[in-house]
Amino acid sequence: MGPQIQTGMSKPLELVCPAGTPAALRAAVDAGADSVYLGFRDQTNARNFPGLNFSRQELAEGLAYAHERGARVLVAVNTFPEAGNPGPWRGAVDDAARLGADAVIVADIGLADYTHRNHRDLRLHLSVQAAASSPEAIGFYQRAFGVKRVVVPRVLTVAEIAALNRRIEVETEVFVFGGLCVMAEGRCALSSYVTGISPNRQGVCSPPSHVRYAEQDGRLVSKLGGYTINAFPADEPAGYPTLCKGRFVAREKASYLFEEPTSLNALHVLPELAAAGVRALKIEGRQRGRAYIAKVVAGFRSAVDAVAEGRPVPPLDLEQVTEGQRQTTGVYEKTWR
Amino acid sequence: MSAAGLTIGPVLFNWPPEKWRDFHFRIADEAPVDSVCVGEVVCSKRAPMFEPHLAEVVERLEAAGKEVVLSTLTLIMSDPEMAAVRDTAGAEEWLVEANDVAACALLAGRPHAVGPLVNVYNEDTLGYLARNGAVRVCLPCELPASSLEKLAAGGGPELEVQAFGRLPLAISARCYHARSHGLHKDNCQFVCGEDADGMAIETIDGKPFLAVNGTQTLSYAYLNLLGELAALRTIGIDRFRLSPHDVDMVAVAVLFREVLDGRLEPQDATARLAALVEGAPFCNGYYHDIAGDAFTAAAAE
Repeated sequence: MGPQIQTGMSKPLELVCPAGTPAALRAAVDAGADSVYLGFRDQTNARNFPGLNFSRQELAEGLAYAHERGARVLVAVNTFPEAGNPGPWRGAVDDAARLGADAVIVADIGLADYTHRNHRDLRLHLSVQAAASSPEAIGFYQRAFGVKRVVVPRVLTVAEIAALNRRIEVETEVFVFGGLCVMAEGRCALSSYVTGISPNRQGVCSPPSHVRYAEQDGRLVSKLGGYTINAFPADEPAGYPTLCKGRFVAREKASYLFEEPTSLNALHVLPELAAAGVRALKIEGRQRGRAYIAKVVAGFRSAVDAVAEGRPVPPLDLEQVTEGQRQTTGVYEKTWR
Repeated sequence: MSAAGLTIGPVLFNWPPEKWRDFHFRIADEAPVDSVCVGEVVCSKRAPMFEPHLAEVVERLEAAGKEVVLSTLTLIMSDPEMAAVRDTAGAEEWLVEANDVAACALLAGRPHAVGPLVNVYNEDTLGYLARNGAVRVCLPCELPASSLEKLAAGGGPELEVQAFGRLPLAISARCYHARSHGLHKDNCQFVCGEDADGMAIETIDGKPFLAVNGTQTLSYAYLNLLGELAALRTIGIDRFRLSPHDVDMVAVAVLFREVLDGRLEPQDATARLAALVEGAPFCNGYYHDIAGDAFTAAAAE
C-alpha cells in the first residue's frame, strides 16, 4: 500500500451500510456511511425478517435524513417476483422511485426490465443475488437494463475482481464485513429444501420460524426444520442454526463441511480492493441493531479514509460486535476454495 | 394432447470417461427419450477427461434419433471457463443450454435453451429470455405448481421440469469434496470421482441430509414426480428432465415413458423406481409448495 496505489483512482471508496430500522439508518448516516441500503417490510427484499425493514413513510423520512446529511439511500428489491403476482415487486420499485431513492438494487431479469422501461432516471444496481460473476453476465445486465453498478458475488478473489474491473464499464461493489454466504448467492435452495421458505422467493434463509433448540444427551441441539444443524455442550451458548454454517457428517467425520460459523472481515484487504478498482464497499447486517451498526460503520469509515489518504489501515476493535466469532477474508484469498 | 417429451439431463457427476461414454451409448440405443444434454455443468476441471469421447457420443445419440443439447457451466469464474462456454455457444448446429446469464448473453439472438440454474421465477423474466432467443426453458427446482401453471399459461418457450434425480440445490466457488478430504480446489486430486451419485452428507445425529458433488450441493432425496406428471401435463408442462444417476437409467426412462403414455399407474411405477434406486428416499415437496425434502405419495386412483 502507499500513494502509488491511488494513481488513477478517480473517487474514494463509497461505504455502503445496512439499515433494518429507521434508528439503524440514522446511526449509519451519523457514523459516516456514504450510502445506506434497506428494503420494504415484505417479501420483496432478501432480509425479510419479522420486525425489520421500512414502511413507505419510514423510507420518506429516512431519505430526508440521509439527503440532509449528504448520504444516499439504496432500496433493495432483490428477491425474485412470484409468477402471477408482480404487484408487490413493481410497487416497491415504483414507490422507491416516487419517494426519491438514489438507486434500487434488483436481482430478477424481469424486474430489471420493468424498472428500466418505467423509470429511466432511476439508478439501477444489480444485486449480489443475481450472481453476475463474469464480464459477459455483467455486460448483459448493463446493455439490457442500463445497470450502473454490480454487487460482486462472493465467488471471486481480489485478483479476479481486479481482472473483472479491467473488462467492465460498470461500477463494482463488494462485501467487506458481516455474514458470509458460502454458496453463490441467489443460486441456493438449501433453506427451502429444509423449510419451504426460500431466500429467492420469500427473502429469508434459515427462517426463525423453523428453528428449534432441544436437550439431547446432555447437549443443546439446534435444529432447522427436521434436521440437526449443530450441538453444543450444556455450558456453551448455542449458535443460530444457519444451514450452511452447521456441523455435518461426511466420510464418517463430523465437521463444518461448508463453512465454520465465521463472519467476513475484509479490513486487511481494503487497500488491495481499492487498487483492484472497486467502487464501493458493502457491510452486511440489515438484521443488526443500531449499536452494532454505529460501531462497525465508524470503524470502516476510519479505515476507508485511511486508504484514501494512503495511510495504513488502522486496527479496529470490533470484538464486542462480533461476539468473539471467528473472522475470515473468505473467498478474497484463493485458498478459501 | 401431444406426446410429452423426455430429456436426459447432463451427467452432473465425475464419472470415469469410459463410463460416461458407455452411459450415453446405452441411452442412445435403448432409452425412450427425446433429448439428451451433454457437457460439464459443475466443474470445468472435469471436462478435459470426457471431452475426447464427446464427438462419438453426440454421433451415436443423433444416429439413434435423439436431439443433442449442449449444456454449459453453472458458475463461470475464469477466462478459460468463459472460453469453454464461448466455444460451446458457437456450435451453431446444436441447441445450447445456458446455465448462467453469461451464456444467455453469448447466445442472444439465436434459438437456445435455458437450464434450471438460471433464475426464471416469473412471466416477465421468461418473456425477456424468450425475446433473447430462448426456445426451451428448464425451470428452477424450487418452483411450486402454482408458479409452473402461471409460467405455462403464457404460451412462451417450451417449458421443461425436472422429474427425477437429486435436486441441484446450490453451487459454490468452494469445493466441498476437496474440503472433506482436507484438500483445496486447486489440488483436489479429483476426489469427487469417488462418489458416482455424490457424497452423502448426514446430520451429526445420523439423518441423511444432502449430497455433495464437488462445488455443487444436491438433495439427498431423489426427486420423483411420477405422481405429478398428469397434473403437470394438464397445466401445460410437456417436457420432463431425468437427471442421470448411477442406476439403470434406461429402466428409469421406461417407467416415466409408460406413466406418461398411460400404460402404467404412478404408484406401481414408484414402487419399481424405489427398487431401481435401492430404497433411496424420494422427494416432491417443492411441487406442493412445502419443504423440498417432503414426499407426498401419489393417491391411489
